[in-house]
Order: sequence, then C-alpha cells, then structure tokens
Amino acid sequence: MRNKTNYITTILLILGSIFILFPVFITIVNAFKTPAETAQSILSLPSTWTFDNFKTAIEMTNFFKAFGNSAYVTFFTVILTILSNSLVAYAIARNLHRKAFKFLYFYLVSAMFVPFPIIMLPIVKQMSALGLMNLNGLIILYVVYGLAFNTFLYTGYVKTIPKELEEAAIVDGCSKWGVFWRIIFPILSPMNATVGILTALWAWNDFLLPLVILSDQGDRTLPLVQYVFQSQFATNYNLAFASYLMALLPMLVVYLFLQKRIISGVTQGAIKS
Amino acid sequence: MMDKKNTRVYLMMVLPALILFFGFHTFPLIQGVFYSFTDYRGYGDWNFIGIENYINVFKDPRILNSYQFTFKFAIVSTILVNIISLTIALGLNSKVKFHKTLRGIYFMPNILSILIVGFVFKFIFSVFIPEIGQSFGIEGLAKSILGSKDSAWIAIVIVGVWQAAALNVILYLSGLATIPEDLYEASGLDGASKWQQFRHVTFPLIAPFFTINMVLAMKNFLMVFDHVVALTGGGPGRATQSISLLIYEDGFSGGQFALQSANAVIYFFVIVTISVIQIRFLQKREVQM
Repeated sequence: MRNKTNYITTILLILGSIFILFPVFITIVNAFKTPAETAQSILSLPSTWTFDNFKTAIEMTNFFKAFGNSAYVTFFTVILTILSNSLVAYAIARNLHRKAFKFLYFYLVSAMFVPFPIIMLPIVKQMSALGLMNLNGLIILYVVYGLAFNTFLYTGYVKTIPKELEEAAIVDGCSKWGVFWRIIFPILSPMNATVGILTALWAWNDFLLPLVILSDQGDRTLPLVQYVFQSQFATNYNLAFASYLMALLPMLVVYLFLQKRIISGVTQGAIKS
Repeated sequence: MMDKKNTRVYLMMVLPALILFFGFHTFPLIQGVFYSFTDYRGYGDWNFIGIENYINVFKDPRILNSYQFTFKFAIVSTILVNIISLTIALGLNSKVKFHKTLRGIYFMPNILSILIVGFVFKFIFSVFIPEIGQSFGIEGLAKSILGSKDSAWIAIVIVGVWQAAALNVILYLSGLATIPEDLYEASGLDGASKWQQFRHVTFPLIAPFFTINMVLAMKNFLMVFDHVVALTGGGPGRATQSISLLIYEDGFSGGQFALQSANAVIYFFVIVTISVIQIRFLQKREVQM
C-alpha cells in the first residue's frame, strides 16, 4: 500500500510550495518591470526584461561595495571560526576528565543561553573604545560568539576519534600541534563543513550585529544596505526589488548547487543541540 | 614530564580563545548586569541605585507592552510552526513525486535573510493583498493588516512561520526517517486507522524531535527582531515592539541604558526558565508515551 505514489499529497505539497516560492516570484518579476507595469499588474511577467532597475540600484546602494563587505566578513569569519574553534574544542575534548577543562567546557557552552540583547549595550561601548566599530571587529565577534555552539558540536565529534591514532603519530615524533593539524583536523572535515555552513549563513544574513557595530557608511553589509535605503525605496518598488534580488541571489545560487550539503549540515547542527 | 608538556600545549590551544571570549562576551555581560543596578544613561556620570531599575521594569508600560506582544507572537508562532511543519514533513515522508525538489523548496526560507524577505512581505501585505481585496471587493483584505494595531502582529506571525517552518520540517523529516517501515506494516495489519497510526506509532517515536522543535522555535521567536524591523518597525504605535527591539531602541537612543540593562537581565532569565520548563515537561511526556 505504501509503495504506491500518493498523488493527493503530492498535489497538496506542490500547492504549499507555491506559498513558499511566492515572495521570491514577486521579487523576481517586479525587479525587471517598470513602475507603470507593476501598477497595472503585480503578478504578470515583465513585457521586456530590462536591467535598468539593477543598474540604478547598483549605483544607488553602492551594491558591489556592500557585496564585497558581506563576502569579506563571511569568508574570514568562516575560515577563522573553523581553524580556531576546532582547535579549542579539541583541547577541551581531550581533557574533559580534568576539572579545569570541564569547567571551561560548561563556561563556553552555557553562553548559548545568553540572549544577545543583554550584552548588546555594553559591547557597543567597548568596541567603540577599542576602535573596532568596523568589519574586522564584526569578524572578531562572530568568531568569538560562535565558540559557544561550535565547542559543543566539535567536542562531541572529537570524543568519537580514537586516541590511538594520535599516540602512533607521537611515537613517530610528531608534536601535539602537528597531531592536531595533520591528523585530527582532516578527520574533523564533516564537522568543519557543518560549522562552516552554519557560520556562513549566520554571518551573511545577520542584521543586528552589523546594525549596532558598523559605524562607517563604507562598511555596510548587504542586509544593512537594504535597511538603510528603505525610505528611498518606498517611492520605487521596482528599484527595491532589484536591490533585494541582488542581495538574495548569491545565497540562492549557492543553495542551488550545495542544497544537499547545506540541508544536512544545518540538520546536524540542530539535532546535536 | 610528558604529561606536563602536553598540558602546557593544551593550555596554549585554549588560552587565546578563552581570553577573547571573556573579553568580548563575559565582560560585557558582567557590565550589563552591573549597570542594571545604576542610573547610567550610556554616557556621563552614574550612581548606584540598587534594584530600582528592576522595580521600574515591572511598572514601565512600554516594557510590559513589549512582553505582551513578544509572548503572544512567540506562543502562537511556535504552535503554528510545529503543526504546519509536522504536516508538511508527514507529507514529504510519504510516497510523493518530486520529493527532493519539494524538500529543497520547503527548506529554502532557512537560507535567506529574514530582513530582506520581511521587506518583500511588507510589500505583499501593504500593496499586493489590499489591491486584490479592492479589485475583488473583499472588504476584509482591502486594507493593509500592517496598518492596524490589532492585526499587525498577525503579519509578523505569518513571516515568522514562513521562515521557521523550513528548519522544523527538515528536523521532523529526519525524525520520521528513524521509524522502521515494518512498524507501520504491523499496525496496518491490526486495522489501525491513519490517525491511530499517527497517534500511537509515529508521534511517540518522534517525540524527541517534537521537544527540540518546540524549544528551538520558542527560544528563537522570543528573540524576534529582524521580522519586526522589516515589517512594522514596532508599530503602529508600539503595538508590535518586541523585547529585543525595545532594548535596542530605548537602550541606545532613549537614554535608558540602565533600565534596559535590567530589562535584558530579566529577559535572559525568562528565556532560560522557559527553555528549562519546556524541556522538563516535554521530556516527561516523551517517557509516558
């Protein structure tokens, strides 16, 4: 009975997926239309596919600058997070039988329960005092705040790696650092991918941290730019949609190609918690 | 001796990160708690005023209003998101065509910036739907739901559910994948109806996933910020001002650094308490089933 294709469910699911795709559809068709065309019909396809809206939006919002900023922050956040957080978790996981390291583990992991607003007001003062109200400051905060959850993810994984592997390498004259970088880190690859995906999604899409940390106009990330230009977009929806589409597109394209990896990465991250 | 050397290496591995974590997370956290006992405005002089801020938190109508909205939003969204995503997951788990594509579509909202999606939805609510309502003469739709104090929160629920369902569907799916096929065959032979099958076979087995989803969704919804900024900016009036938005707005530009710090401390305890209660309660039910 269960081997027959369930057509009713298929149709219902397709109808449901229309609801999911609808905002993306609206964004795409209206990004190519003129205000007059949109006024006539929001849903219709554009009569001619012109890129004028994109051209204007790129100039107005300085799109490439914002794109570069987002890419810069995301890239370095992901690289530094994977390199540093895995190392910390490795040292903790191998010493969990010791009180100090056990304390350290709970100290970092318990930070998962601290909502950002409680540190938001003081951290802004602090970053400003340190002169870090910029993209590099943002990267530091992502890498440091990621520690809470990533330590938790990595530690669970390191515990499953047999210690004998390391002992053999040490007999061969490898240092502890060498052991980590040459033996453990490659074994961590699946977890590195999970952490990398979660971190990339967070750093690329985050709005609150850039909003409070970035002070310079030239530092604005893509979501922040959409926010800043809201009032100017209000008079021309088509311009707004062109700008939204350009901001959403990079992640959509990545998702199209890495769908399976991204879904499994995010699932793993969430189930472990 | 070997062990001592190892310990030093291990310490060197964690020490830099530990210092940074203390400096950029714990230290501001302590400062936040510290200032909540003062009359600090974010600049200038300050004095200790004991627990006055904490008393004022409970008297401030704006803070109480933000709690009311945030809880209403979080509870309704958490329930809706779990019902909807469990339904979708059950559908995707049955024999359907285009399984992979559909799964890909349902997960898509999880990878998109909620702020930008929120702006698109704002257009849908304030321009598209009223237009439809007018041209078809449906009075209920002719006015933007964002414009009214009574209905604006519903728009935020819709966007919240639209996005959060993505992750919950996938989590329920991985829960359903753990159920062996023969369990259904056995219960099918016993003449169990679909609903009975769900109630007595499926649901008890995915109960741990139900717990994860309820706790995750509730915690995330209680921290709602981007959705509100994109759709209403907290309005009309302060009808949809969430707790995080209030802390942001009044803490930075309202000169209420200390009061909002006290608010944030309470907010922290509220989130932890609710998560713990949920986990306890739901895990107890898991065992009973």
